[in-house]
Amino acid sequence: MKRLLPLAVSAVALAAAPALAQDVTITNARLVIGDGSEPIAGGTVVVKGGTVVYAGPAAGAPTAGSAVDARGAWVTPGLFATVTALGLSDVSAVDETNDITADEAPFSAALDASTAVNPTSQHILVHKAAGITRAATTMLPAGSIFAGQGAIIDLDGDPRPIVQARAFQMISLGETGSDRAGGSRAAAHTLLRAALREAQALVGKTAIPETSEIARGDKVLLGRFDAEALVPVVTGKQKLYVDVERMADIRAVLALKQAFPKLDLVLVGATEGWLVAADIAAAGVPVIANGLLDLPETFEQLGATQSNAGRLARAGVKVAVNAATMQNPRRLQQVAGNLVALTKMPGASGLDWNRAFAAISSVPAEISGLGGKAGVLKPGAFGDVVIWDGDPLELGTVPTRVWIGGVQQDLTNHQTRLRDRYIDLDESDRPKAYDW
Amino acid sequence: MLAEKKARARAGALTTLASALALAACTTGGGEAKPASASAKPEKTFAATPAGEPVFASTYKPFPGTPTAIRGATVYDGKGGKIENGVVFMSGSKIVAVGGPDTPIPAEVTVLDGTGKFVTPGIIDIHSHLGDYPSPGVEAHSDGNEATAPTTPEVWAEHSVWPQDPGFSRALANGGVTALQILPGSANLMGGRSVTLKNVPARTMQGMKFPGAPYSMKMACGENPKRVYGSRGRMPSTRMGNIAVNRATWLAAIDYANDQASEKGAKRDLAKETLVGVLKGEILIQNHCYRADEMALVLDMAKEMGYKVAAFHHAVEAYKIGDLLRENDVCSAIWADWYGFKMESYDGIRENAAFLQREGACVVIHSDDQNDIQRLNQEARKAQKAGLRVGIDISDATVIQWITYNAARAMGIADQTGSLEKGKMADVVLWNGDPLSVYSRPEKVWIDGALMFDAMNPRLRPVSDFELGQPGEGDVK
Repeated sequence: MKRLLPLAVSAVALAAAPALAQDVTITNARLVIGDGSEPIAGGTVVVKGGTVVYAGPAAGAPTAGSAVDARGAWVTPGLFATVTALGLSDVSAVDETNDITADEAPFSAALDASTAVNPTSQHILVHKAAGITRAATTMLPAGSIFAGQGAIIDLDGDPRPIVQARAFQMISLGETGSDRAGGSRAAAHTLLRAALREAQALVGKTAIPETSEIARGDKVLLGRFDAEALVPVVTGKQKLYVDVERMADIRAVLALKQAFPKLDLVLVGATEGWLVAADIAAAGVPVIANGLLDLPETFEQLGATQSNAGRLARAGVKVAVNAATMQNPRRLQQVAGNLVALTKMPGASGLDWNRAFAAISSVPAEISGLGGKAGVLKPGAFGDVVIWDGDPLELGTVPTRVWIGGVQQDLTNHQTRLRDRYIDLDESDRPKAYDW
Repeated sequence: MLAEKKARARAGALTTLASALALAACTTGGGEAKPASASAKPEKTFAATPAGEPVFASTYKPFPGTPTAIRGATVYDGKGGKIENGVVFMSGSKIVAVGGPDTPIPAEVTVLDGTGKFVTPGIIDIHSHLGDYPSPGVEAHSDGNEATAPTTPEVWAEHSVWPQDPGFSRALANGGVTALQILPGSANLMGGRSVTLKNVPARTMQGMKFPGAPYSMKMACGENPKRVYGSRGRMPSTRMGNIAVNRATWLAAIDYANDQASEKGAKRDLAKETLVGVLKGEILIQNHCYRADEMALVLDMAKEMGYKVAAFHHAVEAYKIGDLLRENDVCSAIWADWYGFKMESYDGIRENAAFLQREGACVVIHSDDQNDIQRLNQEARKAQKAGLRVGIDISDATVIQWITYNAARAMGIADQTGSLEKGKMADVVLWNGDPLSVYSRPEKVWIDGALMFDAMNPRLRPVSDFELGQPGEGDVK
């Protein structure tokens, strides 16, 4: 039987009292800014009022609040995970807990993920303990090609997880879109273009939309509120994330700009992106790329290679690592580390350490519209800081301390509590159920 | 045109059928089969190859190799040993010598400088569905679950293996995997027999089949069988139903085994032959089971029926019963960080492997995944680090054992591979750095002493039939 009572008491206290940002000065850091620049030895980070006010060499650094000596440890901005479903399910295979898909709903594009986010989901707490401080979270397309509007969230577990609601619209083209639209890519594109035209017709109107419904049997592919939800997309005020894999499908997405020039496109997945890297670069469209997929798991991924991200980056494309295709988003570090490993392999293309780290911090934040605010330690950025127990891209490295918006985080969760309970199997006094 | 094609296909099928009959005839009565003359009355009796004799036999033979020595590398022997500045010498498909810098190397052999590099035994994945659920993962390729009855011990995973699955080559090139066990899926309580393969490209499954490896039978606890069959309104629909169906099936197999042994004999039954193989200890049990309480039930059922479980697979709650697993000499084949995707995985923690090691129980890191099989070394490292953070310091050499010797042991092939020891198969990986670092990759992989992958030579990268003429053919992947 072990103690742990003090810990439990403090957990209760934390839950009861609203957390306040405290000013902090972290010194003696192996400091990673997150923007692709070289780490700074002996660096200092100063967070004041929940915001970074300084990050750089010790010389000339101001001080504020309590002092933390990092003792040479790696100090980085919090990781930014995109694309995820964090906060939208407890156990994905347990339907009752799963808000990721709404295939029975008569809505699609109008769905707003921010209304469903549970800030105390264990997945949020577990991923916070893995150094992820903000994330793009989205539903997945079920009844139509439109998944709905994704949100940017923070992972601090407080009652206000939404950083930006309705940050982007998510759609699937390619095989998934084809299936949702009725069985052909042509149907998916026709639906998309029809929907965007309906949205264009609603620009500037404030009354309840009167658009007619596009339906297939009892499935609504585009309702009038869905058309209305696409107004910010067609006017370029809301990003359009397009889940697409095949070279030809990517080209078809880029071509949408001819009819709808204001679209603010982001490609998600883009397994065969490397085959059209120059076109993507020329279009200035960023890619949230599958990091390590290297198998032709579908006929739209025949050209899959782990060198995709590296080749895209070399062509001048802004590349973030996609969290959606990994077992869970806490593998972001591992995937980024693997991209570094590729730089040593003949014929392969990867990212150097600094760019690999940026691909899981500042770049996804920029793609999400939070450039300079998240995933980076620069004056004016959120006070999201992580101190690590080793190289943050190495296997099994975890945070020792995490701040989100200047608030130091409690890193306990269901998993750490199980770990503490089963640190031994001693039940000589009482069963394990009393050990908490 | 279409009709014509169809007609031709039918003709082809008939042709095949005819030759199959001819083949069956050839196997009757050993040397007694004689060409039947037109006048003689056919007196042939028909008989299949007797149960227990090899069928679908391995045709794998080691490919030619050059006697090769690696020196100056850090060597993990797969059984917990580590040699700095070591020598590994292989010749004639076998390991000839493993030792320190003074290990003699014959003059005429190829010598590779391993300075700054690492050598391990070939990585072994105890839980794969490559070939049975190949890429591309289209419905037409979905051959891993005979989900039409809750117990199907009669099906053999090898009969679903598509050797052209590009996943095999990725496991080789990126993961250093030299042997793997292909298991049926977990829809059924008893999913059928596994097959162990050498990870060599081949035109046929038999060309990959690991010579002499025992079969295993896949079993599954928990949510999957009860969901699959319960949703069809048939037994089992509960965990108690799972155990009841299992026990009834074992009792029937015991009766069958007794009939076989008695004078009256028993008519051949493919399902029961597999089960009897388990009862005799010739076929191992690989049991998909997440929850600690269910593993404990399975162990008691195994005692009741008189068989042994080789490994619990997935076993996310094994850490809760490390003592019990040690006492029963059962391995846990587990992931490093999968959790929370289904109810029975809710209590997954990263310390699982380390807590098992603390109890002295057998740990195997497995993949169950066409991507993770490419990084078993990385998964093992994550599990090691989780232990270190709570004061369980497990050596790098022991961690390599999780993905080599321990896997081989639980698959029944540890006498042939899984460690670098004189006389064993020369299944060897040369890594370009510490295999427990994210920054390292296999540089060369030998299977039975033949160089099957070389990162420095683009021609030594297998390309499956499926990939020919496709975008990215022969790419680094």
